[in-house]
Amino acid sequence: MSGNDIALMAHLMRRAGFGTTRAELEAYLEKGYENVVDELVHPERGTPIDEDILQRYFGGEGAYVGIWIYRMLNSRCPLQEKMALFWHHVFATGLSKNEHILASSNQIDMFRRVGMGKMRDILLELSKDPAMIFWLDNNDNRKGEPNENYGRELLELFSLGVGNYTEEDIKNCARAFTGWTFGQPIPLYPHGYYTPSFMFVEEEHDDGEKNFLGHTGNLNGDDIINIIVEQPACARFICRHLYNFFVADEPQVPSWNVTPPNDADAIETLADAFMASDGDISHVLSILFNSDFFKAARFMKVKSPTELVTGIVKLVGTYQRPEPGMGKYAGATQLMGQKLLDPPTVEGWHTGKEWIDGGLLTSRVNFAVREVSDASKPGIQDIITRLKSNGNSLSPEEFVDKCLELAGPVEVGDTTHQYLTQFAEADGALNFEDDDAAAENQARIVSLLQLIVASREYQFA
Amino acid sequence: MATTRKAPVLVVVQLTGGNDFMNTLIPYTAGIYHDSRPVVGIKAEDVLPLDDTLGWNPHAAPLKAMFDDGDVAVVQGIGYPNSNRSHFRAMDIWHTCEPEKIGTEGWVGQLVRELDPRSENVLTAVSFGQGLPRACALPGIPATSVGDLDNYGLMTSIGDEGQRTRALEIFKGMYSTPVGSGIVMDYLSQTGLDVIKGADELKKAPAMYKSDVEYPQSSIAKSLRDVARVHLAALGTRVFYTQHGGYDNHANEVPTHPRLLKELSEAIQAFFTDLRSQNASEEVAMLVFTEFGRRIRDNASGTDHGTGGGAFIIGDNVKGGLYAEYPSLDPARWVHGEDLEHTIDFRGIYGTLLEQWMGVDATPIVNGNFEQIYPFA
Repeated sequence: MSGNDIALMAHLMRRAGFGTTRAELEAYLEKGYENVVDELVHPERGTPIDEDILQRYFGGEGAYVGIWIYRMLNSRCPLQEKMALFWHHVFATGLSKNEHILASSNQIDMFRRVGMGKMRDILLELSKDPAMIFWLDNNDNRKGEPNENYGRELLELFSLGVGNYTEEDIKNCARAFTGWTFGQPIPLYPHGYYTPSFMFVEEEHDDGEKNFLGHTGNLNGDDIINIIVEQPACARFICRHLYNFFVADEPQVPSWNVTPPNDADAIETLADAFMASDGDISHVLSILFNSDFFKAARFMKVKSPTELVTGIVKLVGTYQRPEPGMGKYAGATQLMGQKLLDPPTVEGWHTGKEWIDGGLLTSRVNFAVREVSDASKPGIQDIITRLKSNGNSLSPEEFVDKCLELAGPVEVGDTTHQYLTQFAEADGALNFEDDDAAAENQARIVSLLQLIVASREYQFA
Repeated sequence: MATTRKAPVLVVVQLTGGNDFMNTLIPYTAGIYHDSRPVVGIKAEDVLPLDDTLGWNPHAAPLKAMFDDGDVAVVQGIGYPNSNRSHFRAMDIWHTCEPEKIGTEGWVGQLVRELDPRSENVLTAVSFGQGLPRACALPGIPATSVGDLDNYGLMTSIGDEGQRTRALEIFKGMYSTPVGSGIVMDYLSQTGLDVIKGADELKKAPAMYKSDVEYPQSSIAKSLRDVARVHLAALGTRVFYTQHGGYDNHANEVPTHPRLLKELSEAIQAFFTDLRSQNASEEVAMLVFTEFGRRIRDNASGTDHGTGGGAFIIGDNVKGGLYAEYPSLDPARWVHGEDLEHTIDFRGIYGTLLEQWMGVDATPIVNGNFEQIYPFA
């Protein structure tokens, strides 16, 4: 297999998943690229994680984000978790307002369950999701007293994008969703969290005539969604989101109505697949991952905090089985500007370049450096073993190149390469013959890995 | 320009989500206010009267006390034309002063470029909290974003000082030459180098800080205490940016909004008390703003996005009082039949601060000439 095959597979698994251990990467390579894509877009064929074990090790509602990160690391269907994260980016719902961890976590479970299906079903489930209903106040959306928050964001941020509907459409959309609410859950105190569930309240629903995107009638929310998913604007909007999340960074969402896509042909290809398949997300994803524009987009996206954290944990090889301590990774993504389950606004997180500023870069670098500092972690041990298997001695340059290869492969520019080599040269060749040098070698390998994960290039997926 | 012995400093407090101005400064004698807001309206007997038409929300008592001392200029009816009521567009517009197209140059970033044209001090603008607001973003202009002031710096987990120094030297080298592979990589490089410079300076602040003032427990109080610590360390910071979130009260406004106003006004009071006790307040002016006001009528639980809002300019050199006009409550004047009409453009208020306080030409930053107010003594 060529170096390019390895680099391409690592690229696929950084994007469609959350990175790999070296052993996983080699196993994927055995299967071949197209087969791996096929497996990724059909999670129903895989073996799900044992839920009982998760509950036993991580139980308690507050631990959900930790459990989710554990799933990202260990799911046999990593794309399913990646898509749950994708929809969480797009349908951003914040715990800061909901203050109901079970409702929020149920929403993520719903994204996992339906997130790779038809767009129509996804929007329908979303519109019935209690966390979303509360987040955008649809429980206050009643006949005669419409609250247009959900109606507006459904069109602006969740399906069509600004410019593809009018203020009148928003008002009519909101009226169609009157009475879509949830049953009050059993009070939190002293009973604990109980799952709220969707409820349609007939008497709060506005049965009058509505006009929406050229359709007229006594439209209900279901009708609205059916109309939305047939709009070419919906295909383009969702596919631009997919491109932005999986291929390369686009400008921030609010500018999409005035700034054209970076690769309009790619969006068109995906949108055609969306329209031709009745909005089948799995199908669109298989076209995306097999496309030349995807394969050519290596390191063209700034890693989200979640991608950075999971990528590092994959690299150091910890948490391959449940054990306590996942919560610290939830805290780590938060310090880097991505508090999972709690995006700052309904617009979701600003991505790409906006993941980086002085404070956030500091958090990213410090986290990565700290994680790789412990040579006893299985992933670091694996790197040491593989370095040794290359012979008794490695020149500083070989040492650098091998570490870059094993840590990714990470592709770095000349400047980074030059300084890493300069760092390695200060202590000469890496010599495995002398057993007394083992501890020193280990420290040198850790130091070099710390600099690799602190590099500019490592910030990109 | 107002004269202070020290270089003027601007502290921006962004109320994220759209603060309900009508429930902050309440037209408590207007029947139409009470009729329009059966659920969220504040009863006339509960307000803290300012005059015979307007009164403060009772939870903003510390702010009212500062107003009574003559330190708070209230900018009534602030807004901009043709609001589409989207938070994100609204915040973008406030951040970039570009109501018509998508701007990328933040107004604070442009101010920093005027104050420090050669980017000599990476701490000229410091933002506290999660992420750098677009207001501070301007390609090539450094703005330091601090999440945790007490542990700011790179690779702090490397315990051995010699090793850490060596690693930081290599880090500097790796981030030194922009590889030219695009604006993101170049930006990343500059950010990395700025962090190293800024961290060496910022770590002085917590060590130097001493104060008898107790700040309340809230995120905005923590941010303003961080502003005080850095300001008192005299690191040359001219603009501080902080955010207080949670103002998007479509629902359950009654418990939420008063709590926010209480947190905000207590934090501001503690901040100025702290600075005054250390003789470091007269060079500071604070702007408190939000992206829009809210609808006149409540929706039986909260209020939806509206237009004309309100802002505050606070400081020792401020001539307290009411500025611009309270938006008309006459239904004939309502925009779209449901929104308050703004009476002054926010770009004129930025202009006021930029020209009369910071001493820079506002026209290129706010993209035009807008009516200013004169709130400085």
